[in-house]
Amino acid sequence: MANTLIEIQNISKSYRRDSMQIPVLRDISLTVPDGEFLGLMGPSGSGKTTLLNLIAGIDKPNKGKIVVGGMDVASLNETALAKWRARHVGFIFQFYNLIPVLTAYENVELPLLLTKLSKDQRKKHVETALQVVGLADRMQHYPKQLSGGQEQRVAIARAIATDPTLLVADEPTGDLDKQSAEEILTLLERLNKEFKKTIVMVTHDPRAAEKAHTVRHLDKGELQ
Amino acid sequence: MKIPLKYTVRNFRSRRLTTAITITGVALVVFVFVAVMMLSNGITATLIATGSTENVLVARKAANGEISSIIMNETYNIILTLPQVAKDAEGKPIATGDVVVVINLPKIGTEGGFSNVTVRGVSQPAFDLRPMVKIAEGRMFNWGAREIIVGSAVTKRFEGAQIGNVIKFAGDNWTIVGVYEADRTAFDSEIWGDVSQIQDAFRRGVSFSTVTFRLSSPDQFEALEKAFADDNRLQQFEPKIEQAYFEAQSEFMAIFISVLGIFVTVFFSVGAIIGAMITMYTAVANRTTEVGTLRALGFQRRNVLFAFLTESILISLIGAAIGLFLASWLQFFTVSTMNWGSFSELEFSFTLTLKIILYAVGFSILMGVVGGFLPSVAAARLNIVNALRSA
Ligand SMILES: Nc1ncnc2c1ncn2[C@@H]1O[C@H](COP(=O)(O)OP(=O)(O)OP(=O)(O)O)[C@@H](O)[C@H]1O
Ligand SMILES: [Mg+2]
Repeated sequence: MANTLIEIQNISKSYRRDSMQIPVLRDISLTVPDGEFLGLMGPSGSGKTTLLNLIAGIDKPNKGKIVVGGMDVASLNETALAKWRARHVGFIFQFYNLIPVLTAYENVELPLLLTKLSKDQRKKHVETALQVVGLADRMQHYPKQLSGGQEQRVAIARAIATDPTLLVADEPTGDLDKQSAEEILTLLERLNKEFKKTIVMVTHDPRAAEKAHTVRHLDKGELQ
Repeated sequence: MKIPLKYTVRNFRSRRLTTAITITGVALVVFVFVAVMMLSNGITATLIATGSTENVLVARKAANGEISSIIMNETYNIILTLPQVAKDAEGKPIATGDVVVVINLPKIGTEGGFSNVTVRGVSQPAFDLRPMVKIAEGRMFNWGAREIIVGSAVTKRFEGAQIGNVIKFAGDNWTIVGVYEADRTAFDSEIWGDVSQIQDAFRRGVSFSTVTFRLSSPDQFEALEKAFADDNRLQQFEPKIEQAYFEAQSEFMAIFISVLGIFVTVFFSVGAIIGAMITMYTAVANRTTEVGTLRALGFQRRNVLFAFLTESILISLIGAAIGLFLASWLQFFTVSTMNWGSFSELEFSFTLTLKIILYAVGFSILMGVVGGFLPSVAAARLNIVNALRSA
């Protein structure tokens, strides 16, 4: 049995809209072992993105504890949390979120600017990451010169460039055609198997969920 | 600053129109600011160049310009006997008692417009004391004749003030026998003649407006001041280093123009700052998701703040560069204005100095910071989750 990477204990999260508290996650507990490929499914508005954001350290729970890789994430202050994310989390978004004015190379280099790596070392990392996603020949292309599938592959290269502990993906195939979606899923699968990356992926797509080892369902803020 | 500069630069290049408008606004403000400063500086520089640090000018204490100063002949003679007055090889004091009066001449290019011109009666040593005054055309006036020479700015700007013409003032006809150049000093805007002729025509008897002489040695000025203070007959008069005297004459106009210019600039800059602010708010609104992404990747709030502030400052600096470049062409122009020290027209040129450039750059950075600050803070304050949800 692998070590536990993510340990979620009784977390609750609600948002305030005007004067009302809207509960989004209710008393959720979850353990994710190292090397897991976890799929999170559930209807729209069930709180999938919210849960993912909490795991990734860009949001904080109102109650409960989240430990990722031994770090009590919710207890970190904002600056420390940003540093922790830069080191440990790779983000993959539904709409890729590449910076349009930067080339593929520069986009992938972006998170490396937060490390102590030299320019040459960064170059190696960027090239390796782009090779892994099969886009070494598109380094100098701007996002708008790439197809959706290619953009998402650049985004994945950006997510893995720093060799993070954890990859979080929010509907990574949500904006892609069937074939591109397939390629992206195969790539994620490979990152999990070959590079032993722990992946937490939110998805609506049953085919995507098939690739995951484990699938958990959220409904109305509760884990099934 | 961890967010790379190319991110900033390419972002403002990618939205050409709003950036161009903002840059134009800043360029305009900087142009106006620099032009006014160059003007103010031009006056000061011209008058500083007019006076020498080796000469002393004596005027009546109560007078605020050469024309309102009177020095009677006895006083003139006392001054010339002071040991601090330098002597030439023949032992004669290197000094001139000048009579300075103002006449009215029609201006070229203005229908029926008249303006004041300074007429200066000088004696021979005046040309040693002010070696920049050189005959450029025609000849020197003859001593003892109703003849005059006119400065290059006068001949250019006034009707009938050209060589060979006869102009009328003080009830007499004066023949222009020469044109002189005076190295773009205030003397260029004057008419010179024999002091005794001017005294006679204006019925001044033997009195002068001011006395200018070479100081026997630069360290003698304090002794000179003391001599003036100690001598009862000289107490109404004040010696000043000639350069300081003329520089002080520029003060009123220089300050007047600067203050006026600063008002206009501040007025315009409010517009430019609002423009920059709108541009930057738009930039932040258009890039909310980008900011969320950068923050998720681990960039700090202050990195975001810097990136947007840098963008705003860069836009301002480009505007400043354009404004400065355009204003620098003004150096090739000369203008004339009323000099309130002499109540007559003074020609001078726009003068650009390093100080003005630094002020302009500093001022544009200030505009960039003020215009970009609130939008940048807004960007830095974005909540990551909300910013990412705005896609
Ligand atoms: N920052 C927020 N402010 C207010 N309400 C929020 C916020 N984030 C999420 N919510 C609300 O919380 C609920 C769950 O949102 P969440 O984005 O986690 O759902 P989801 O399962 O990811 O849905 P989808 O499949 O549509 O992406 C929704 O009702 C949403 O409106
Ligand atoms: Mg979602």
